[in-house]
Amino acid sequence: MVILSLLILNKAGGLIFQRDFNEGLKKLSSNDYLVLAGTFHGVHAITSRISPLRDLGGGGGGGLEVLESDKFRMQCFQTLTGTKFLIFAEPNQPNVDVVVRRVYELYADYVMKNPFYQIEMPIRCEAFERNLVAYIKPKQ
Amino acid sequence: MQRGDSLNSPFVPFSPNPSIQQGTPTSTPPLKHTLSSSTSSNLRYSSSRKSIYDRHLNRSQRSELSKASFAFLFGEMVQYAQKRVNGIADLEKKLNLHGYSIGQRLLELLLWREGRSAKRETRILGILQFITTTVYRSIFNKPADGLEKSRDNEDEYMLIDNDPMVNSYISVPKEMSQLNCAAFVAGIIEAVLDGCLFPGRVTAHSVPTEQLPAKTVFLIKFDDSVIERESVLVVTRAL
Repeated sequence: MVILSLLILNKAGGLIFQRDFNEGLKKLSSNDYLVLAGTFHGVHAITSRISPLRDLGGGGGGGLEVLESDKFRMQCFQTLTGTKFLIFAEPNQPNVDVVVRRVYELYADYVMKNPFYQIEMPIRCEAFERNLVAYIKPKQ
Repeated sequence: MQRGDSLNSPFVPFSPNPSIQQGTPTSTPPLKHTLSSSTSSNLRYSSSRKSIYDRHLNRSQRSELSKASFAFLFGEMVQYAQKRVNGIADLEKKLNLHGYSIGQRLLELLLWREGRSAKRETRILGILQFITTTVYRSIFNKPADGLEKSRDNEDEYMLIDNDPMVNSYISVPKEMSQLNCAAFVAGIIEAVLDGCLFPGRVTAHSVPTEQLPAKTVFLIKFDDSVIERESVLVVTRAL
């Protein structure tokens, strides 16, 4: 089981967290990560509107959930408040949704309950990173 | 239903907001009134007319609280204090004061609960044992992880907590690295010591290690009077 990296986007589409969990991954420049986040936010907004079916997810729901290529699989999970968690994993990776749920839980615990975190701002919470790595690393 | 009648009355012009409806003011009961009557039972005023003050003090002895709600409350306390101070030392002092007022009340309750087995501690080791076991267990449901005497200073003791509960969700930003929010717990300890006539200063210090990144040491520095009394007690015991 290999989780490659994690991105967290705030509700305005700004990148607030990025971390790789594997050695030797190709790195983007920090500016490119911001562009990637903003672009994905836009694409997600479009995909949630172009569905020909009505009443998809009660209006606000829907949208892009999985992006697959032969090298990776990207899973997007959007919370009810509009925060997006993007997980990049290997293509044959099972149960990514379980991982995303757990990451969301860690976010709710170690980011939202931290009095020094300002909402919608980049995440610099040492306890969050520590617990994130402790959760993902043993699975690699 | 008085309010329903007034809505159906042909003399009252329709308005989506009932509070700005014309008509006699008494015909529409204020919203506040209806709310308070529907939620008549709460912590302070229960339906059985027994308030929280009427309950037996032992009733909540073994009950537990939600850690999440405490984390949110404590987080708000830290944020509130942070807005009203300048500097980290000031913030720690404020948290210490919050804890102090809790410790004063807690000591009274714990001694009352011990009943006949309660005794007045006169020796430093005795009171520190009381804190590491009884006080710690009653707040955090576990004893403290260690108690040490300072090698350099006669009047200093160290109480060790490997993972303070109040800090479990808190990550202190790098520019405030001296801050340890367990100053709140230090305040509780200080109040208990003060209440038992062992005046001193208690401060919280982060001592992170590889395995225990949240390890905290509470440095207890007793007043000279305490050390003096202790030495007298040692001498009389030896005689």
